[in-house]
Amino acid sequence: MNSREQDDQRKGALKQQLVNTLDYEQLMNCMRCGFCQPACPTFHQTGLEAASPRGRIALMKAVADGLMEPDEAFKQQMDLCLGCRACEPVCPSDVKYGQLLEQTKDALFEHAEPAGAIPLRGLHKFAKPIFKRHRRLRLMSTILHAYQRSGLQRLANKGNLLRWLPAHMQTMERIMPHADSRGVVKRVGGHRFEAKGERIGTVGLFRGCIMDVLFTETNVNTVRLLTESGYDVVIPKEQSCCGALFSHSGDRDTAREFAKQNVKVFGDAKVDYIASNAGGCGAMLVEYDHLLADEAEWVGPAREFAVQVKDISELLLRSQRWNQLPEAAVQSKTAAQPETTRDDTVTVTYQDSCHLRNVMRAGEGPRQLLRLIPDTNFVELEGGEVCCGSAGIYNLVQPQMANDIVDSRMEAVRDTKASIILTSNPGCLLQMKVGVEREKANDRIQVMHVVDYFAEKILK
Amino acid sequence: MIVNEVRQDLLQLLGPERYRDDKEALVTHSYDATPMLQSLPDAVVYPDSTSEVQHILRLANKHRIPIVPRGAASNLCGGTVPVSGGIVVAMTRMNKLLELDTDNLTATVQPGLNTKQFHREVEKRGLFYPPDPSSMVISTLGGNIMEGAGGLRGLKYGTTKDYVIGLEAVLPSGEVITTGGKLYKDVAGYDLTKLLVGSEGTLAIITEATVKLIPAPRVRQTMLVAFQDIYAAARSVSRIVGAGIIPATLEFMDQPTIRVVEEYNHIGLPIDMQAVLLIEQDGQESASVQKDMDAIVSICGEEGAARIETARDEREAEQLMKARRSALSTLARIRPTTILEDATVPRSRIADMVLAINRIAAQYELNICTFGHAGDGNLHPTCTTDARNTEEIHRVEQAFADIFEEAIRLGGTITGEHGVGTVKAPYLEWKVGEAGIALMKGIKQAFDPNGIMNPGKIFAKSARKRLVITR
Ligand code: SF4
Ligand code: SF4
Repeated sequence: MNSREQDDQRKGALKQQLVNTLDYEQLMNCMRCGFCQPACPTFHQTGLEAASPRGRIALMKAVADGLMEPDEAFKQQMDLCLGCRACEPVCPSDVKYGQLLEQTKDALFEHAEPAGAIPLRGLHKFAKPIFKRHRRLRLMSTILHAYQRSGLQRLANKGNLLRWLPAHMQTMERIMPHADSRGVVKRVGGHRFEAKGERIGTVGLFRGCIMDVLFTETNVNTVRLLTESGYDVVIPKEQSCCGALFSHSGDRDTAREFAKQNVKVFGDAKVDYIASNAGGCGAMLVEYDHLLADEAEWVGPAREFAVQVKDISELLLRSQRWNQLPEAAVQSKTAAQPETTRDDTVTVTYQDSCHLRNVMRAGEGPRQLLRLIPDTNFVELEGGEVCCGSAGIYNLVQPQMANDIVDSRMEAVRDTKASIILTSNPGCLLQMKVGVEREKANDRIQVMHVVDYFAEKILK
Repeated sequence: MIVNEVRQDLLQLLGPERYRDDKEALVTHSYDATPMLQSLPDAVVYPDSTSEVQHILRLANKHRIPIVPRGAASNLCGGTVPVSGGIVVAMTRMNKLLELDTDNLTATVQPGLNTKQFHREVEKRGLFYPPDPSSMVISTLGGNIMEGAGGLRGLKYGTTKDYVIGLEAVLPSGEVITTGGKLYKDVAGYDLTKLLVGSEGTLAIITEATVKLIPAPRVRQTMLVAFQDIYAAARSVSRIVGAGIIPATLEFMDQPTIRVVEEYNHIGLPIDMQAVLLIEQDGQESASVQKDMDAIVSICGEEGAARIETARDEREAEQLMKARRSALSTLARIRPTTILEDATVPRSRIADMVLAINRIAAQYELNICTFGHAGDGNLHPTCTTDARNTEEIHRVEQAFADIFEEAIRLGGTITGEHGVGTVKAPYLEWKVGEAGIALMKGIKQAFDPNGIMNPGKIFAKSARKRLVITR
């Protein structure tokens, strides 16, 4: 078979898989009202129908209907989607866009063009054991850089993009925290911790892979805050990566393997709740029941697992422990009317994690928590619910769009006059750091995880 | 297919970013919010200026290429579906607020400006642009003008047509006309402004519009009233208006709607009621607003309302409005296809119309829920169905034909605010008569002798036979 024939065969197989796997019921459910468009960051940036949720669904349906081929433009449009799923909560018809996107990405991954696919597929093969066994964590930063490079390779042949790519990589390198090879377990010295005061339940900590390497401190603080709140905490040893990075790039089989392992180890640990402090991971975890829906013996346990998953803010808010905190200095204000603050109050703002908000639907938690903290003037970020452009590894593979988006986020930050931007997901945290760096505001604006800020202010 | 000569010409004018004829662009401009309607254009263009629009129209006119002007494509009548192919002219890049004139209380805008965004800008200055079609979060002002969009505030404040006072438009010949101006009085010749509003892109492309603004009301109050008897609800509506009170919002939901909304949202709606009214009054002074609200409460009470709830604050008001706001989204979740119509009758005939709709739904064994703007008689019978079930869709079509028939019999119209487009073109003659159609065609001919502007809209190839003609 010559390469032309091979290519035709690949395209045919891609099309067939899309026709077979795209959920036609969901495609039909979209009534094309367009109500999702104002929520979509890529539509906002481009103004193009094709770069909107309604447009992407129409493209998918056109492929399923045989009206168009899943060509390169189709693939690019799907790649440009952040997967932030801001289009879901606003949809009157309750279209499961995330699932349609997954089905599409699955097919694109499976039948990717060889040239583009090798780095990505090879990388997955190389990355899988590391993510899975959660060891040799120092390699994480290597992997992140490898992703960067894969992005670079895939984009390099689009000559005009080369101009800004290296600059972007430099920024990424500068803002990347130093990896801590010890992880939370070594840092806090153990896998089990007792609740302080009255016990209200047992929490299993999902430590996350990126989280545990690059943000060990946040995991340490999470454990402290949970025990202070009255939870026994366990950190099951054999837990693996949530699988989001794999799932979002279309490698659902690997994601499933990870899911099963997590369902099993947290099931064995007999916990009441599973704490997530990374919106991106949490969103993956709460959808394990959907991920494993086709595997009869796993659905039940996966569903049980999914309902136990809670964002850290929600767990902290369930405790009575924080009710006696002195009143927060100023109640939340919108950016339009920032309050003049006392000298010792810190003005902070909050950038939503899309997955926490749109998938876990727990976006209010961090805000409520922030309102409890003394000496804190919490100012809402205008459009804080809009994706910051991080979206998993999006900022690595679609740097231009990601930069455009983060720059517009920074404009809103300026209006809040905040000196600290808080986030609840490591990806968002890094992306906002990119924003601060691009804005040359490192000396004025800090970026922190909500958990770390809360711990710093409360536990001192 | 666009002939190469035209293609090259447009490419040279607009560049490859703003002239598109690849599959992605064609597919994503082949639909609007109208169910079961899709048709690919041959090209999509994104002009930046009036002179580019002129160039495009001149070229299309010379080569007899259909032109479909497009805003956000959120209309429900098939208005922006390129049913005859041709060039879609997407106006979304011309989206500036050109001027807010606080001396004359007017705003001048480009047609691609988002309606909601415009509201926000205007409200920042303490001013008010009342037209609020449900799609305003995505719709454009140009689209609103072309479709003559209405909204919840129609009764008290009027609709788009009452606010547009000046236009700049490009004719198919490429000539530019300006109509009206920052003028509240202007009787110089035929009122071309009003003629263009609601012309559905069949006459010209609007490139600039001047609208009037009013001072924003400062106070608002909300209440929800439930009735066991639909006629009592209808009588209350008539008596409220009869007493000289014009509420800002006077929304209605029938029993099938109440049941579905409650079943899905559990917001405490009384499902044994035949009708629910949502009433809002606004104004400059709380005393006068309160007086109106008191009068409304006593009228509804006299008419035997089973339940009257008044919101004490913004949050409670929001909660009450949620019942009405979630009507469409709830209905949309029940089955894959949702067909939303807008038959409209004189206010005094609402109860008759709603009961007729319920009867017709039963007769054709369909699920049709009715909600809408009781104050102005503009109802939204909404059918939940499945486009793939051809037999059922056939029944849906028959049912809606009967509904339009009934609306006209009651002195109403086939469309109150959605427009004719392709969807209601077969029924237009029922409303305006043969002579009316002939006159409208004459007007169309005068503007667009070659018939390039949004062909297939408003005028049907073949009108539907009307079975009973009684008045
Ligand atoms: S809001 Fe939902 S139904 Fe409407 S266009 Fe978007 S995805 Fe489709
Ligand atoms: S997931 Fe985010 S980027 Fe993708 S279509 Fe939805 S809103 Fe737009």
